[in-house]
Amino acid sequence: MADTTLTKTPSAVRRRFDIGDFVRQYGVLIIIAVMLLALTMLSPSFLTPRNLFNILNQSTPLFIIACALTLVIIGGGFDLSTGAIFGVASVSAAYLAVNVDPLVAIIAAPLIGLLLGSINGIIITAFNVHSFLVTLATSLVYRGMAILITNGKLIPVRVEEFAWLGRAKLDLVNVAVLVMLAFMALMMFMLNRTTLGRAIFAVGGNEEAALLSGIRTNLVKIITFAVSGGAAGLAGVITVSRLSMGEPQAGTGYEFEAIAAVILGGTSIMGGAGAIWRSMAGVLLMALIGNGFNILNVNPFFKDLTTGVIIVLAVALAATGNKR
Amino acid sequence: MTTPSIAVRVRGVAKSFGGTRILEGIDVEIAAGTVHALVGENGAGKSSLGKIIGGYYMPDEGEVEILGARVARFSPRDALGLGVAMIHQELQLAPELNVVQNVFLGRESQRAGILVGGDTARFAALEKACDFGIDPLAKVATLRIAERQKVEIMRAIARDAQVIIMDEPTSSLTEDEADRLHEVIRRLKGQGKTVIYVSHFLDHILANCDNVTIMRDGKVVRTSPMTGETKQTLVDSMLGQAAEILWPALPAAPAETLPPIAELRGVSTGTGLSDVSLVIRPGEIVGLVGLVGSGRTEVARALFGADRITGGEYLIEGAPVRGRFTVHDAIAAGVALVPEDRRKQGLVLTQPTRFNISLGTLGRISRFGILDRGAEIRQTREMIGHFGIVPGAIDGRVARYSGGNQQKVLLSKWAVAKPKLLILDEPSRGVDIGARRRIHDFIVEMARQGVGVLLISSELEEVINLSHRCYLLSEGRIFAEEPAAALTVEAALTRVFLEQNSQRNRQEAAS
Repeated sequence: MADTTLTKTPSAVRRRFDIGDFVRQYGVLIIIAVMLLALTMLSPSFLTPRNLFNILNQSTPLFIIACALTLVIIGGGFDLSTGAIFGVASVSAAYLAVNVDPLVAIIAAPLIGLLLGSINGIIITAFNVHSFLVTLATSLVYRGMAILITNGKLIPVRVEEFAWLGRAKLDLVNVAVLVMLAFMALMMFMLNRTTLGRAIFAVGGNEEAALLSGIRTNLVKIITFAVSGGAAGLAGVITVSRLSMGEPQAGTGYEFEAIAAVILGGTSIMGGAGAIWRSMAGVLLMALIGNGFNILNVNPFFKDLTTGVIIVLAVALAATGNKR
Repeated sequence: MTTPSIAVRVRGVAKSFGGTRILEGIDVEIAAGTVHALVGENGAGKSSLGKIIGGYYMPDEGEVEILGARVARFSPRDALGLGVAMIHQELQLAPELNVVQNVFLGRESQRAGILVGGDTARFAALEKACDFGIDPLAKVATLRIAERQKVEIMRAIARDAQVIIMDEPTSSLTEDEADRLHEVIRRLKGQGKTVIYVSHFLDHILANCDNVTIMRDGKVVRTSPMTGETKQTLVDSMLGQAAEILWPALPAAPAETLPPIAELRGVSTGTGLSDVSLVIRPGEIVGLVGLVGSGRTEVARALFGADRITGGEYLIEGAPVRGRFTVHDAIAAGVALVPEDRRKQGLVLTQPTRFNISLGTLGRISRFGILDRGAEIRQTREMIGHFGIVPGAIDGRVARYSGGNQQKVLLSKWAVAKPKLLILDEPSRGVDIGARRRIHDFIVEMARQGVGVLLISSELEEVINLSHRCYLLSEGRIFAEEPAAALTVEAALTRVFLEQNSQRNRQEAAS
């Protein structure tokens, strides 16, 4: 078999050493490496296990949301409602923890997210409307629901059996970080090793070809939105547990941060290509920027500006590879 | 107008797409004030030549002169500047704007970008010259296709076009509407305009054109005045002497008593099929002969569950198909379809070879939804070897493969499904000779293994030489069935053209 591949591939051989291609492919990792190096040299308090786990822990909700959002974007969709679903799940979890049972609250929040995400998917496929429009509208509906549930007030949750999810630690590592890592592993497995993962790539890459391959494209789309909603719910309950407070406005803006992280990682918004690790790298990079501002005591007003500039650079760099 | 000047001169033009030569050594002169036809089989290069003159494609070699000026930059905008407008098969109008707005799109009466009105008056002047009788304020979306075509023509005239290229202008018109269009063309000619008429409707060409350039396999066969030409002389030149192509030997046709793998009984669909009946037996290659738009692809899609069957019966291995029959069900029942447009309908170009080959049969290489990577890699290797796919990398980037190798990947996808009925829609379109030969061998291999094959191709030669039996289609109906051995390309083409004419005449009479 090996010798059949030896013929006629001089261009492939040359491409293997193409630095431009390598940078486009792994640009986000290179930037992360540079940031790690720079922050280590600039501040002695950066490269400590405590600080590193702290970074992970703080970004846990965003890691989870971006992870699931990657499926939606690879499947050719867009989800602007994750922040609002996060809000609904937060106040629902707080309410249930106080009034019903802490464990029920922890289980219910991701399920509520799953349900709201499925509703997104069903509307998108039933009416064949672009997911951008549908999730823009449902984000308003869901946010409104979150406010109605609490009547606009905050719900304090002082329940010991509920706080462990966000606060407990196994040695140095937060339970929440472990939950996040488990979720990430599950998503990676799903995307790369299952027929569902294949179907998601196919639907985003060429919907008509997917249909003509016998893939139930609508079902696949609904699943991606359901997973995205479920992840937002999980992120929501972790946050409530950590803060001991259910807040209807919680998660505002998370939808954009998550999208920014996915794009920063290099997943194509055209769909059909991408990877979970890319989005994780995107979240990590954004977290490092924030952490860097903190430990270097730079004016935090520059944080968003810096993040934005890096996103523009990353997207522009990736686009240079598309030119013919 | 009195001097017989040359409107368009094409010299030594060649053009390739993705390594496939589609035009070679083209020399054509088109006299001003004439209607000049470009004819040829599908894929002969007539539309491509039209698009080079219209500025849509840039030739790799050679040059084009428009009204004596050499074309320096190829873009529709520059071509328009030189006086050439192209009217496409798919009309390019803004459906939500009205007729006047469309005609003067980009040429509105304006001062510093602010519309100042007066277009209605300009339109009236134009309408006086054309006499099309179109309501200037009608929204284009509400117009019939024939009327939209007139809007396109007016738009060309409003831009002062001297040369108007029409690509298959009558393909979606009734005979009556086509007559009116030809009337318009005569009027344009009377005003000294030059019309380049690209079509495969030979009757229309014979009746309305002054000169004809006949093309075959990307080359010009000849350019001659229309006087003295007949349908037969045109068809002979279009086809040429049958090139020395070796066709693989077919296995013996199955006995007529053998129960069919698939059978349609009086099937109609929302896509235009009516009362279609056909049978395909195991080990048999059945060809569909018909023009583009005759319903060939629609038959394939109905059999594959891609379009809903609205009437009649569909039986697979003798059992009628019930309920909502989807692509998923068709694949489960052993039906496979290689669609006509491999890039749009077949391949996921963002993903590698392995992914594409497995896509139609994910259920077979997985357990409980989890993929068996070992089995997948083995199957991919096997297919790369079987078809000789180059590059032979398991995770090769299909998007960068040649047309022939992309097509081999697509065939692999359905070969691994081990289908009972294999439907091939234009399997060798746009592939090189070597790949074509391999694809032909594959078709015969499948039949030999007892697979029923339905073959669709615009190349009649291919259908006739690779099938046991052919159905002849026109306007969504099967009008004849013949053993392939009893058909010649000429006879089949003539019958298809005749049938189309008589059907249209019947429609005219009915309405």
